Amino acid sequence: MTTKTQTQTPVAAPRRAPRVKPYRVKLGSWWWALPALVLMLIVIYATTVAGGFFAFTNWSGLGPFDFVGLQNFVKIFQTPELIGSLWNTLFLAFGFLVFTNILGLLFALALNRSLKSRYVLRTLVFMPVVVSPIAVSYIWKFIFDYNGPLNQAMVAVGLPKQNWLASPTLAIWCVLIVMVWQNIGFVMVIYLAGLATVPIEMEEAAALDGASTFRRFRYVVLPMIQPSVAIATTLTLIQGLRVFDQVVALTGGGPAGATQTLALEVYQTAFTYQQFGFGAALALILSLLILVFSLAQQYATRDRSLKEA
Amino acid sequence: MFRYTKKTLAIEIIVLIAVAIMLLPFWILLVGSFKTLPDILSSAAVAPPTSPTFDNFVQLLSPASASSGNIWAGLLSSVIITTGSILLLVALGSVAAYGIARSTSKWSRRSFYLFLVAIILPTQLGTLPLYIGARTVGLVGNPWGMIIIYTGMLLPLSVFLYANFFRNLTPEYEEAAVIDGANRYQVFSKVVFPLMSPATGTVAILAGLIVWNDFFTSLIFLNGTSWQTLPVVMYSYVGSLVSQWNLIFAVVIVSMIPILAFYAFAQKKFIQGYAGGLKG
Repeated sequence: MTTKTQTQTPVAAPRRAPRVKPYRVKLGSWWWALPALVLMLIVIYATTVAGGFFAFTNWSGLGPFDFVGLQNFVKIFQTPELIGSLWNTLFLAFGFLVFTNILGLLFALALNRSLKSRYVLRTLVFMPVVVSPIAVSYIWKFIFDYNGPLNQAMVAVGLPKQNWLASPTLAIWCVLIVMVWQNIGFVMVIYLAGLATVPIEMEEAAALDGASTFRRFRYVVLPMIQPSVAIATTLTLIQGLRVFDQVVALTGGGPAGATQTLALEVYQTAFTYQQFGFGAALALILSLLILVFSLAQQYATRDRSLKEA
Repeated sequence: MFRYTKKTLAIEIIVLIAVAIMLLPFWILLVGSFKTLPDILSSAAVAPPTSPTFDNFVQLLSPASASSGNIWAGLLSSVIITTGSILLLVALGSVAAYGIARSTSKWSRRSFYLFLVAIILPTQLGTLPLYIGARTVGLVGNPWGMIIIYTGMLLPLSVFLYANFFRNLTPEYEEAAVIDGANRYQVFSKVVFPLMSPATGTVAILAGLIVWNDFFTSLIFLNGTSWQTLPVVMYSYVGSLVSQWNLIFAVVIVSMIPILAFYAFAQKKFIQGYAGGLKG
């Protein structure tokens, strides 16, 4: 933005007239932010720095501790179980990103303007977003139960019953389904906000020129909702990497670690096994993952139109 | 140009069916909570109860039952912590954002950047030291500690939302009040405070939902204490209920009612808050 204004300055710029200061009263000072600033610096910044510090120690959470250098990190990457958690986390995060965004976008397109029931349906699709992930997970735990509705449906259409949450291959998909289901409405709302900025005239013009529905979406609508795509994909990716509640409620990380995630490992290591330093090292890796992926994501979905212009 | 055609009607029907399927879990939850244990295990999950019963809720909430104390305490704890966090977030966040938005000093810009960076910063790493620190100063296991911690964590979001609002708010009303002889504290409390209610609504909804539904932080800081919030109470209660789905569903429903009631009451504001507020 700033570069743009600079380049637009006329070549023969007249010497800037002394700016007549409008009558301005002092309404607020920056130090009004001090109480909030101090609280935030303690709760967010200081603790994060401390976490980075403890990642290089063997502290148990009580008593004295030693510096152990990179030992925690070496141990993490030598523990197959933790590598498994890392892959599970990445699988859930990217699966969550892809499916939630596709379904959320489809609902947003469907409920954007033509349907008569769109307002009611938007409210209903968004409803799962407001309830707690723990509560939602318990409903789905029943659905996935061996004698539950999903297997009732399987039997009804002549398929064999499955041990959904107890199967090492299926359990992680169950967790993914619950995550996606709860957040379709959330993503839909972001895309609806983006779609509201696309003028109907532009779509009409493209339609008059003979563009098919798909081409109208691909070449007219999609470039215009690029900012929404960037926001929705980044937020879902971050949320996916942090997944905790659904795993705890549905599987507790099992069967045999098949649904273990990094956030769950951090919690168990630090609070169940009292290995604070090691837990902090895991948390550092998780935080770096979140930071790196969300920056990469921002870069990948950046608004290219500004650059081309 | 885009008229309501037969094709639109077909799409409308398909979407209606899709939404109905999507909401099936809520239906299963609702009918299940009125079934008896044998009924819920034998009947089709989507079928209404053969003999509807309130027993599950009675067993859960009546003062005589063992669980009810925990549930009511959890509800109270959740209400106190959520309300307290919202109040503190509104008080600290609005004043901070107003100071930042209406000042041109370099410090105002710098502090705003600190808040912005904190939004992006992953909170995972800080949680463990935060717990140790809070334990040291006695803020673990009581609602006041939780209120302070949630406020600290959500202040960046709240300052960001308020700052955006104040930047789009013309200072003319405030300047007029100054000319009429108000000092700047009066300007804030008498002029700005009433004007900022839309931003306050967004902050209250977003922060309120996050705090009310939060499980991770509250599990770490309150697990096993008498101030457990509703999600933690639900978690430990369900753990003791091995497959008694009728009772589990009753707990889940009780935990959902307050938030869904709010949602029914202000769904537009919820959706706007999410669409607009999370754009940062």
